[in-house]
Amino acid sequence: MAEVTLLTTRGLCRDFDGLRAVDDVDFTLETGEIHAIIGPNGAGKSTFVSLLSGRLRPTAGRVIFDGRDVTRLPAHARVRLGIAYTFQITNIYTSMSVAENIALAAQSRLSPGLFGRGGVGPRITEATQAAARAVGLTERLNARAGDLAYGHQRLLEIAMGLALSPRLLILDEPTQGLSDAEIAGVTEVVRQLASRATILLIEHNMDVVMALARRITVLDRGAILAQGTPEEIVADPAVQAAYLGDGA
Amino acid sequence: MRSANPRLLLLCAAVVAALFALQFVLSEYLVLTATRILILAIFAMGYNMLMGYTGMLSLGHAMFFAAGVYAAGLSSYYWGLSLPLAFVLGVGASFAVSLVTGLLVLRTQAVAFMIVTLMFAQVTYLTTLQFSDITGGDQGLTLPTGARGFTLMGIAVDLTRDSHRYNLALALFTATLAGLFALTQGRRGRLFAAVRENAGRTEMLGFNTFRIRLVAFVVSGTLSGMSGALYALMFGYIGSAFAGFELSIEALLFTLVGGPGTLLGPLLGTGVMTLLIDRLSGVTSAYLIVVGALLIAVNQWAPAGLLGTLRDRRLPWLK
Ligand SMILES: Nc1ncnc2c1ncn2[C@@H]1O[C@H](COP(=O)(O)OP(=O)(O)O)[C@@H](O)[C@H]1O
Ligand SMILES: [Mg+2]
Repeated sequence: MAEVTLLTTRGLCRDFDGLRAVDDVDFTLETGEIHAIIGPNGAGKSTFVSLLSGRLRPTAGRVIFDGRDVTRLPAHARVRLGIAYTFQITNIYTSMSVAENIALAAQSRLSPGLFGRGGVGPRITEATQAAARAVGLTERLNARAGDLAYGHQRLLEIAMGLALSPRLLILDEPTQGLSDAEIAGVTEVVRQLASRATILLIEHNMDVVMALARRITVLDRGAILAQGTPEEIVADPAVQAAYLGDGA
Repeated sequence: MRSANPRLLLLCAAVVAALFALQFVLSEYLVLTATRILILAIFAMGYNMLMGYTGMLSLGHAMFFAAGVYAAGLSSYYWGLSLPLAFVLGVGASFAVSLVTGLLVLRTQAVAFMIVTLMFAQVTYLTTLQFSDITGGDQGLTLPTGARGFTLMGIAVDLTRDSHRYNLALALFTATLAGLFALTQGRRGRLFAAVRENAGRTEMLGFNTFRIRLVAFVVSGTLSGMSGALYALMFGYIGSAFAGFELSIEALLFTLVGGPGTLLGPLLGTGVMTLLIDRLSGVTSAYLIVVGALLIAVNQWAPAGLLGTLRDRRLPWLK
């Protein structure tokens, strides 16, 4: 299959009063790949993907998704185009049930708008159950989301991303704070999903990155330090010096 | 199609049936009070749509009530518009006012939103005083007795008769209840709740939260205006007090007491508070102090209001 570009950025920058968190990033994402972004804390990974999802506005530069300039598009419109984002810091509706949390995501795809078409109730329920099953939350569908253990809240966050059936799913440190068993579960979920969506994965756990990623981008102080296959990245002296090197 | 919340639907039907039966047991005076309660409950239900379901606290809802009062009242008074037409004009005017106001004030949130809505309402209030040669200002205007009845689709309605007024108010109350049920329960209701609880997340799920807020705002303002138009035409009087700050506070008070974000809470809150204020104001001129104390008590022991507390403790479907 020929590689088709799904998303590119050109000269993307983002400043936080004086601090340049994302610095002139030219980035390309191919359709169907699992692409990992790694880099030390504060490197600008979350900020970078927030610029892609529209949660933040760039100071300069452009974001092109599927051949279309989406730089000025508000976040909700980008989600409609198929860019879904799961938060690094769990961001769910704590007072609602797990089912309602996922149903909101499914509803966004199946019945957008307040006065959208009726009769999609069963399909929303179906999509909700499918997403819950994929992350292993079926037993907890009726629990209050705020009562879930931390690990389960992370899984709910991922399930909400799944229920959007996105073309591009951005996962911001999905395994952070999870147990080894849960990490294995999430790794499997992401692998399965890769047949249906392109995945941009920010991840600290190098085992997960190595198991999943086809390509890796290393960010350091807001700029791209290196890019390549997992083997190339591990062998890259600049990366070893700046990031992988310590302690290894 | 399956109902989104069958138990609540059943309860609403029972409440409407009970309200209908009420007119056969109550004294004439109490039927009048009940009429007032039903009309003001529409106001509180409109307020609840915004404050309770969508989580935006306005301090200026009197402006929408007043838009209905003046558009309906003045068109009847000066142009001799028939009551149904004047009513429709009142509803239309409050729709327009809430749409324009909403587009402006929804740029703000939380405290700023409270202040901006309050300011808009004060401007409305002062405007009614400024043009007192038209509006009658504080003194107000009494609508001519000729404008106290109408015939619509073969039904003759006489607004000097208590039973006619009561049943008309009940019909509109029921329509409001049905409309709000459709909007606040099930799939749609979930969207307003999502905006209330976590707007940022809702945006990142692909929903235009500004639009959802705007819909809530316009529905809220239009229902408030409908209540105002009804009040003015029903009792044949319009005056600046209908645009005053106290009325905005009453909408908030009724909703808080009954239970924000519950469909029947505003009716209960309006009923309890109206009866209480009526009783107390007959006993002491300092009744507002008692009302204030009561509000503090509710806040202390039932912060979610009467029905809201019941919902949180026992009946999760009561929403
Ligand atoms: N909302 C914000 N306001 C100010 N500074 C921010 C904000 N978000 C991130 N930063 C700063 O930008 C830099 C990059 O942060 P972030 O993108 O979260 O890094 P990473 O996800 O790679 O750990 C950090 O120095 C951080 O302190
Ligand atoms: Mg981060």
